[in-house]
Amino acid sequence: MVKITVIDREDKPHVLDAPTDMSMNLMELCKAYELPVEGTCGGMALCSTCHCYVQNDIELPEPSEDEEDMLDQAFFVEDNSRLGCQLRLTDELDGLVVKLAPTAG
Amino acid sequence: MIETDILIVGAGPCGLFTVFEAGLLKLRCHLIDSLPQPGGQLTEIYPKKPIYDIPGYPSVLAGELVDNLMEQIAPFKPGFTLGERAESIEKMEDGRFKLTSSRGTVHAAPVIFIAGGLGCFEPRKPPIGNITDFEDKGVEYIIKDPEFYRDKNVVIAGGGDSALDWTIFLADVASDVSLVHRRTSFRGALDSVEKVMELAESGKIKLITEGQVTGLNGNGKLNEVVIKHKTQGEITKKTDHFIPLFGLAPKLGPIAEWGLNITKNAIEVDTTDYSTNVPGVFAIGDINTYTGKLKLILCGFHEATMAVQSAFKIIHPDQKLSFKYTTVAGVNGFEG
Repeated sequence: MVKITVIDREDKPHVLDAPTDMSMNLMELCKAYELPVEGTCGGMALCSTCHCYVQNDIELPEPSEDEEDMLDQAFFVEDNSRLGCQLRLTDELDGLVVKLAPTAG
Repeated sequence: MIETDILIVGAGPCGLFTVFEAGLLKLRCHLIDSLPQPGGQLTEIYPKKPIYDIPGYPSVLAGELVDNLMEQIAPFKPGFTLGERAESIEKMEDGRFKLTSSRGTVHAAPVIFIAGGLGCFEPRKPPIGNITDFEDKGVEYIIKDPEFYRDKNVVIAGGGDSALDWTIFLADVASDVSLVHRRTSFRGALDSVEKVMELAESGKIKLITEGQVTGLNGNGKLNEVVIKHKTQGEITKKTDHFIPLFGLAPKLGPIAEWGLNITKNAIEVDTTDYSTNVPGVFAIGDINTYTGKLKLILCGFHEATMAVQSAFKIIHPDQKLSFKYTTVAGVNGFEG
């Protein structure tokens, strides 16, 4: 179990207990805590509704080409943009802080 | 007016399979979907993805599953209203429902199945604060008629095929075309990418990469876009039109106004037959919710099967339904 902080779109931080032994990703974690993340495609990096910004410099695996492609459909993409569904919950993510990106209208 | 026994809102896998189960009970179906092709999410979002939990298929591509379902239901001659959104339903004097589409097509049936998945697919709108102020006043999410842009200044945003294709097309129509994209590489088809690069080199279009449109200005009508560029900071660009092409995303849409009990964007149903609080209206697949709901195609198929049994009783209140296995009775399609 690791701690991950998710800052919602109203700037409210939520400190979440994230299991690392359930093969979950960050999008699924947010949904499990009923945070406003849609995850429309179910985690296939095909919809960009789990777009978030990484707020601290925890080392993360590089985004895949698929993830980069799908970030093209996201809005207000920054250098620290990631898709939550592509961030697998592992021990390395302990202390990670992410902020949810604005959603499409 | 299109008349049928069961009117199915949504032509995804659950809607399609309903046609089969209804057909076995000699009930006719007509499907309506906002997308121009059947298959729902499977066709629109992930046609090339393998699915592993369809019974009897160790692995099947989403697109193949849709093709197979179309083949399976073909004997029952379903009707389709595609590219039109189911807009409103009302009860008619004869007890049937009248459903009107976004293009005014009128359908009538004693039973409605809502198999709407996550809702209807609509263009994704950039979350720019004042964007709605400029809709149809310079901001368009869909290009309906390219001639509309003749001799105009146009800014297109996006990095996929539609952004590339329209940039290429409008290069010969509009007086000035700029394509804004957040990266230097594109995910669209290779020849389209090459063509866009050529057009940019020859000066026929302006290609602004590593930029994103973050603001819109104008007075009652769009006048300029604000582009946030990775290295050059904020750039403003005069334009008549801004066309953001960022794909489609599902929205519940008008179904929310149909008087159904809805929790968290899903329709509440009774699990004996997946009926809603409105008699004659059923909801199956991803769009419904109940205790223990799983959003699986497999579960949607079951829901469709159970729901058509109750639909039969509504459509033919004085007939008795005898259950038959396809192994015994075969599949007897409709003539014409």
